[in-house]
This record gives sequence, structure tokens and C-alpha cells, in this order.
Amino acid sequence: MSQAIPRTLIRGARLFDPGSRQDQVADLYIEDGRISAIGRAPEHFKGYQTISADGYTVIPGITDLMARPGGMAHFERELEAAAAGGITALVIPPDISPVLDNTAVARLVVERAARAGRSRVHVLGALTTGLAGSHLTEMHALSEAGCIGMSNMHYPVQDQRTLLRCLEYAATCSTRVFFRPVDVSLAGNGCAHQGQMATRLGLRGIPYSAETVALARDLLLVEQVGVSAHFGQISCARSVELLAEARARGLSVTADVAVHHLLFDENNLDEFNTQFHVNPPLRAAEDRAALLAGLRDGVIQAICSDHRPLDSAAKHAPFAASEPGMAGLETLLGAVLALVEQEHLSLECAVERLTTGPARIVNPDWRGLEVGAMADLCVYDPATRTKITAESLHSHGKNSPLIGHELPGRVVATMQAGRVIHPGAEKRLSA
Amino acid sequence: MVHTILPARRNIQLNEAGELRHFLSIDGLSRDILTRILDTADSFVPVGRQDIKKVPLLRGKTVINLFFEPSTRTRTTFELAATRLSADVLNFDVSASATHKGETLLDTLRNLKAMSSDMFVIRHPDSGAAHFVAQYATPDVAIINAGDGWHAHPTQAMLDMLTIRRHKGGFADLTVAIVGDILHSRVARSQIRALRALGAREVRVVGPRTLMPAGVECLGVRAFHDLRSGLQDADVVIMLRLQRERMNSAALPSEAEYYRMYGLTEEKLAYARPDAIVMHPGPINRGVEIESAVADGQRSLILAQVSYGIAVRMAVMSMVMSGQRAEAGS
Repeated sequence: MSQAIPRTLIRGARLFDPGSRQDQVADLYIEDGRISAIGRAPEHFKGYQTISADGYTVIPGITDLMARPGGMAHFERELEAAAAGGITALVIPPDISPVLDNTAVARLVVERAARAGRSRVHVLGALTTGLAGSHLTEMHALSEAGCIGMSNMHYPVQDQRTLLRCLEYAATCSTRVFFRPVDVSLAGNGCAHQGQMATRLGLRGIPYSAETVALARDLLLVEQVGVSAHFGQISCARSVELLAEARARGLSVTADVAVHHLLFDENNLDEFNTQFHVNPPLRAAEDRAALLAGLRDGVIQAICSDHRPLDSAAKHAPFAASEPGMAGLETLLGAVLALVEQEHLSLECAVERLTTGPARIVNPDWRGLEVGAMADLCVYDPATRTKITAESLHSHGKNSPLIGHELPGRVVATMQAGRVIHPGAEKRLSA
Repeated sequence: MVHTILPARRNIQLNEAGELRHFLSIDGLSRDILTRILDTADSFVPVGRQDIKKVPLLRGKTVINLFFEPSTRTRTTFELAATRLSADVLNFDVSASATHKGETLLDTLRNLKAMSSDMFVIRHPDSGAAHFVAQYATPDVAIINAGDGWHAHPTQAMLDMLTIRRHKGGFADLTVAIVGDILHSRVARSQIRALRALGAREVRVVGPRTLMPAGVECLGVRAFHDLRSGLQDADVVIMLRLQRERMNSAALPSEAEYYRMYGLTEEKLAYARPDAIVMHPGPINRGVEIESAVADGQRSLILAQVSYGIAVRMAVMSMVMSGQRAEAGS
């Protein structure tokens, strides 16, 4: 990727960026990886490629706050999937293999991502060594190595005193702490929301309190320490209330929700469809409604894919024995556009929660479709519907219940720092 | 919203004509189908009293009993039912604990596929195991659920329904109380579904909060935590077996306390209607769920239940095989 960045003109598209209150049909000029002009060509703008985009919409590139590569063996392939989904930046959690608890692993991931030349990859460092919940990691060094925050993710620190120390140290290093709130003892070996579907199907339930007890504890400690905190993949209505209350008290807390918690609920578990086995579990219809309301109200700032690609064997088992997780990078935009189509979210809110909302959590200085901003863009065709098939997904994980279904919109091109990262060179749009 | 993206799927237990081709769960089955099972079972009850206890409905068919959980009683009744229908029977006992459960199940099924059998009778510790087998593994084979996790034990529920119908004549005016560990009971879940579908007036569940599923009312039942009020004017009392491992855990303090609160005694049974019948899927823990005087008393149908078990399983096996043939022929 050492070649010069080509100049590009994106001609005739609707430029839509709710974060900068932009919505107009105008030409977009890109030079040196940045947006150099909107509307009129800058002087000396020559030797450029043109993307004819009449009828298409250009939005800032999507930032996905939670995506797992599913093992480093598939890393490049998953980045290809991200680019295909219009995602220009994604956050990888520390609970991967090897565990992201030292600078060597952090640098390895960041450098492999740079070599792949697709979407930007941000990493979270482990809060404790080996995610074991006892010793602090070198958070200062991890931050310098590129970690945008610290987290124990699905292995929450159980000892309150240790967690308090972790938060104090994170505050010392001015790094944000990312929580996936779960009380391990309350979650037990559950595999489904403790509600009417688990009761009907005889599945071991995970109660609301598995999330809310942990969230309440985390919020109290965050308040005591005054550290910045982000809460990921919130699943319960009560959690939205707790977060709203914390924000009202002036805490520096943000939150995201996984897109499947907006599309589906416990009722989709009918007939034990293992594609709907996710962690945290799909909750009741009321929770889904409350999460959508939380997005509209701004209590939740971001929608993530919570992408977790799995081999086919992982889902070919009875429900409890199947592995939790959904592949979601390439269906994220379409799924959110479906929520817009069904009038659960306005297009403004939907796009903001995929772009500016999460991007500001990763980088406070982030800017959208403005002159001078990085040319991280997603060009999509809003008039086309895309049929999702196993073959059409670039990800090695075909574990999506959306396979076989149609979603609104089609990603035409994805651009990161002025380079087209999707489609690949072989299918590059004609200049 | 979900429904516009993902349309509801057809009940996989039924063929295009709406006949049974698998028997996985009572859920989604109409009163009509359940009544047909009971009628067919009624017609098979006399077969057990004949000198030659065989009918040729499954002649030339191979039935495989696939038990991932130990059970001599249930497996024996399935084996007898298949034999009386003139089928060839193979028994496989597979330990589910040896390796990862899902792998074992899928691998076992792949191996069995080569044996070209016509029906699997499956028992497995995971809820949804029978659905899994019916969906993924062997679409050309009829599947009968002999108990999956906490989810369903539909043949047990149907033999209980047969017992009730033969002693009470029907379901419409009945108040039925199911007592004990509802949370972990596949039998209770199937009984509740069957009683609701067959039109019982009221279905009650009785037990401590620690053994009651969350929001159990969604199944169409009234929940009671006091046995006497739960039994008040009941026509049918079904006692569930209490697993020993629930004892001395966070679910229950002791057998003695459980018996004091939920054990069925003559004194407590007096709250039910004078002609109430008492049932238990067996085997009984005397002095834990039920006192011997009640278990062996006049109102107890515990032994009758066992003899109806074979007739019900014959009924289900013959109906499913005919539904499977219709599906294959269509």
C-alpha cells in the first residue's frame, strides 16, 4: 500500500452525514487521503479517478465498536468482510487468542491490519493480565502501542477491590474502560434469556440481573473513580434506565448495542434455532423496544455488529451445546437500514449511531464528511435490495440467520484514507 | 418487525397434509391430533391382553433406540411397543459425558445413517436435541422424542392424558394440579401443553419458587407455592419426581422440609375433590413426594399409567410412520 493515493471524484451522490448536519447532492473531491473539497473542484485537481454515484448515498465510513476476527488465521478475510460491509474502522476486544494483554500482541494485530490495507483496526488492551482478574496490565504502554481502551470483556473482574484499583489506574493513564457487564454467577450456565421462551423450551435461563447487577456495580465504581467508561452490547431495558440515570448524574459513560438485539428477540428461538444463540441472550420484545428508544434518545450512542464468525459445526448441535455468536459485519448496514424502513429509527439517527456516535468514542477528534477530514467513506445504493447468501458473505463465518433473506441497500464502495478498500482490485469500479 | 424479515417456519413435526411425521413436542399440535393419538392408543390397549401381542403395522421397519441418558423403564416400553408393532429394534446407549455433547450427537447420527433405519427414538440431556436431529441429521427418518433436557417428554404426557381420559371421561371440566419441580421437568412442560390443548378448565403448578420457571404463567397455568391451596377442589393431582441432586443445594434445604411442604399426604389430599385421582410418572420417592398410603391408595393410578405407556407409544409410532410414508410419497 505504498503507492501514491489516487485523487478521486465521487460524482453526483447524496452526501449524508447527520454528525455534521450535512445532507446535499454534491460532488466530493478527495486528495492525499482527505476530503479536499465539496461541490466545486479545488484548483489543480487533475489526473483523478471518478466514481459515478448518481442515486447513491455517501456516508462516513462505519465504525464498529465490537468485532471478533474469530482466530488470527482468518484475520485478513474478516477485514475484507468489514470493508464489504462499509465499515472503515473496527474495534477488536482483548479476549482473543492470543490475549491482548501486552504490547507485542497489540502491535502484531495493528501491524497485520495495516499490511492488509483494508479497514482501520483499533484494539482494546486487557485490563488484567491474562484476563485473570488479579494483576493490572501495563496500561500506559498498551495505550502507547495503540490500544484505545482497556477491558476484561467477557471475563469481568469479579473482585471489587481489584476492579477499583484497575479503574483508578486506567484513570491515571487517561484511558477509557470498556465493560461488557455480566455477573458470572447469575449468568451461570444459561444459554437463553430467562423469560417465556426459555420457560417454554426448557432452556437454562440468564436473568436480567446477570447484566443489571454487574452494570450497577460498575457504574458505582466508575462514579467513585471518575474514569471514562463504555458499556458494550447492552441487552436489557433496565440497563438503559441505569445508563440514563448515570448520564443524568454527569458520569462520562457511553454505550453500544449489538444490531441483533435490535432486530430479534427471544421469540426467534422458536424450534431451537441455534443461529439465535448469542451472548448476551436475545431478551424480551420490551427490551428490544427499550434499546431502540435508548438509541433514539441518545442514551446509547452506537450500534455494533458484535461480529463473531463461527465454523458450521459450532451451530450444528442442540441449542445449549451450540456456540453463541452471530456473524454480522456484512449485514450491519443493511440490518440498520431495515430498522429505518420499519420506522424504528430515523435515517439520521441510524447513520449517526453507525458513524459519528461510535467514531467519537474511538477518537474524539474524528470528523465526518467535512473538508479536511479523512476520506473514510461508505458509498451505498439505497434503491437496491441485497439478498444475503452464504456465498455472498466474505467472512468465514456463515452463522447468520439473515442468510436467505433480503436487506435494503447495497454497499457500492468503501474508502479508507482515500483508497478504495472494497470492492477489491479485480472488481474496481471503472474510472 | 421480526416477522417481516424472517417469516415463521412450518411446524417440522407435521407433513404437508398436517399429519404427524415426527413426534418431538406437544407444542404446536392441535386438539384433533392429540385426540387421534389417544383414540389410537385406546385401540391398542387390548393388544396387550391378547395371547399374540403383535400387530403388523411396522413389519420390515427398523427402529433405533438412541439413549444418551440412562433409562431402563422408558426404553423398555419403547422397545416393547416397537416389537408389538412387528418392527426390528436396535438399542444404542451412548454416554453423553465422554466428549462434547454436540459432537457426539452429530457423529453418532452420521454413523447411524449408514444403517438405513426408519425411526429414531431419542433421549438426550440437552433441550432441543430431538428437534436438532429432525432438522439437521436425518430428514428421511421419523424421530420420536423420548425426553430432551428440561424441554419435552411428549409420550409420557400422552400416556398421562390417556390415563386421565379413561378415568375422567374427558378434560373439559377438569382442574389439574401438577406438584413439584416444575423448572427441571420435561414431563410437566409436556403435560401442561397437552392439558391446555385438550381443553382442561384449569391447570395449576405447585412448588417452591426455586423450582418454578420464570414467568410460568405464560404457559397458561396458575402458580401456587402452597400445596393445600393448590390442591383445593382439584380433580387430578400429578406428583413429579424430585431428583436427588436438587437436594442440599441452593434449590432446596432438605428432603424433610420438602416433604413437609409439598409431600402428598392423606391430610393434604383431602383438599382435592373426593373423586380426585393421583398420578406420578415414576419411579416414586416414597416419603419425599408422596406418602405410601397415598401412592398405594385407591385413588392412585400409578400402576395403570405404566400399562398405558406401551399403547400410547404404539399409537405414536404407527401414526408417525404413516405420516412419514405420506411425506415420502408426496
